[in-house]
Amino acid sequence: MNFVGIDMGSTCSKLVALNEAKEIVYKEVVPTGWNCVETAETLLSHLEAQGIPKDAFRSVATGYGRVSIPFADKCITEISCHGKGAVAIFDEPDFTLIDIGGQDTKVIEIKGGSVKNFYMNDKCSAGTGRFLEIMAGTLGVDLNKLCELGRQSQNHVSISSMCTVFAESEVISLIGRGTDKADIAYGIVESIANKVKSQMGRVSSDPAHLRLSGGLCEVPFLLELLSEKLGGEVKTDPLARYAGAYGAALFASELK
Amino acid sequence: MAKEYHPENPELAEILDSFKNSRELGTMAVKSAHEAGKVIIGSFCQYAPMEIINAPGFCNFSLCGLNYDPPVPLAETKLPANLCPLIKSSYGNVLGDYCPFAHYADLVVGETTCDGKKKMYEMLAEMKPMYVIHLPNNPDWERSLEAWRDELEKFRKELETRFNVTITDDDLRRTIKISNEERRQQARIYELGKFDPPAITGMQMRSVMSSVYYLIDKEEKVQKMTHMVDLLEEAWREGKGPYKPDEHPPRILISGAAIEGVKEKTLEIIEDLGGAIVCYEGCCGISNMRRPIDETKDPMTALAEKYLDVPCAVMSPNQRRYDQFRDTLDEWKIDGVISVTVHSCLPFGIESHTLGKICEEKGVPFMHLLTDYSPGDEGQMRTRIEAFMEMLH
Repeated sequence: MNFVGIDMGSTCSKLVALNEAKEIVYKEVVPTGWNCVETAETLLSHLEAQGIPKDAFRSVATGYGRVSIPFADKCITEISCHGKGAVAIFDEPDFTLIDIGGQDTKVIEIKGGSVKNFYMNDKCSAGTGRFLEIMAGTLGVDLNKLCELGRQSQNHVSISSMCTVFAESEVISLIGRGTDKADIAYGIVESIANKVKSQMGRVSSDPAHLRLSGGLCEVPFLLELLSEKLGGEVKTDPLARYAGAYGAALFASELK
Repeated sequence: MAKEYHPENPELAEILDSFKNSRELGTMAVKSAHEAGKVIIGSFCQYAPMEIINAPGFCNFSLCGLNYDPPVPLAETKLPANLCPLIKSSYGNVLGDYCPFAHYADLVVGETTCDGKKKMYEMLAEMKPMYVIHLPNNPDWERSLEAWRDELEKFRKELETRFNVTITDDDLRRTIKISNEERRQQARIYELGKFDPPAITGMQMRSVMSSVYYLIDKEEKVQKMTHMVDLLEEAWREGKGPYKPDEHPPRILISGAAIEGVKEKTLEIIEDLGGAIVCYEGCCGISNMRRPIDETKDPMTALAEKYLDVPCAVMSPNQRRYDQFRDTLDEWKIDGVISVTVHSCLPFGIESHTLGKICEEKGVPFMHLLTDYSPGDEGQMRTRIEAFMEMLH
């Protein structure tokens, strides 16, 4: 029997498959696209190609598209799944987990190995991965390039608007004024870090135990800026991008 | 799924059924009051004392807007979009003549509670006869009470002159007595949530509360509520409550304001996901119902004392709310608190932080849901509520 976790986010879908010993035997990331049900079928066919046919696994779905995965045995929210996955990945019981996702940013307080409190942004996209994507688009670069540009900034500028739409106008007027692209990029990444900082204030957190999960954990400059703003090193792990899917797979292994 | 009552108790099922469509009940009530030639007063908050309004036999209807479309988009043609949805909805309902209560109102009574309402009343006065009572914001000062008593006296005179009636102290004593009994029965409805498992669901509490509001005949109203609560207690004793006797759903306290306008995407989901809402705190919650009016005192002084004591978030400092909140957590044996506030409701939004701190101190999980009457965030609301329920298990 295998245990499968699927984290269907607004931008990317992550899958983790475990064996009986709860070791990861397969993992992948695919774009969610516009049709969650089709994406779910694609994932299912990939699993089959890996020798994990439909009747040989139990699964838990999470993420905003969790209800669109017809073969999942159970749906559990991304808060609980990220928490569970992160506890296993970082192998510690008490820390604050920051997850910057496509459409929302979560701050999750973990105590004794389980979720004790959490905070999530509301329907506004400020401070999310989507915000970074839109801003990168405005500057005509991709997300990774945006962050690398930011690192090269000589004269920091700040983007003060919290709202994505207003922030975009702010960026456009900076472009119009001839501000250096790298400086604007810095302002954009910094605004994300500032937003996370204000969200952190809503849960109790220890700056010595900060962890990042989600798609942006592979962006080093964001980690650096976050650490600087939050007053403690924000650590991550190559697996952290899969925290939600991994947690879901672990939940699947506990299903009766 | 939402809990329904056992069909084998037809009397109870019938009573609860009769409370299902409050909007319809209200429309019928205001029409028949108007046709009977009664004076109709439209009001917003409880600070417009119903005892004074009812004393000369006038009817009181709430003009608080609870729906998004059509009133909110219409209101946004005049009011700032980033204003609390309840204020926008209330104003839009009058502007578009969508609200039967405002339509028939002979006078609209507002009070100086929050800034948004105060300024909206100025614009409402262009469409309806309007009277605004000045509510002091510091409940602890002796001079607040004096000023407030004067304001209520002025309001009483306003009704007397405007409608050519006399409101005697005896009239007031009579309405005070009946409204105390009314609050006692309303408190009992919330107290059904103290049972383990609860003897009523949180959604039933809401539909009963919003429907009994429209029973104009107070004697009938008190009688109907008393009978219903008796029946619910009896059903619980026979093991026929909304939950099986051995069920122990997580006990949730809802705190906040304007929740009636967002109940589908918050309250309903909480109960769908297996939580039991056992009590409400904040606007329309237990706080007002547990504060009877002193029947032994001069009626105007007693009224002034009672209403100044109601701990709405517009009061500052508002220690009374925090004290009662703490007691409610213990008395109802609360497992988790969900504070529901709407965008731009600053007083309740800010106080939510202190409620969170109290919960942390007492080790009770707490979550603040900030939402709006507008659609579009149902998915996010559900995810948060679901995660909160998972955390409680």
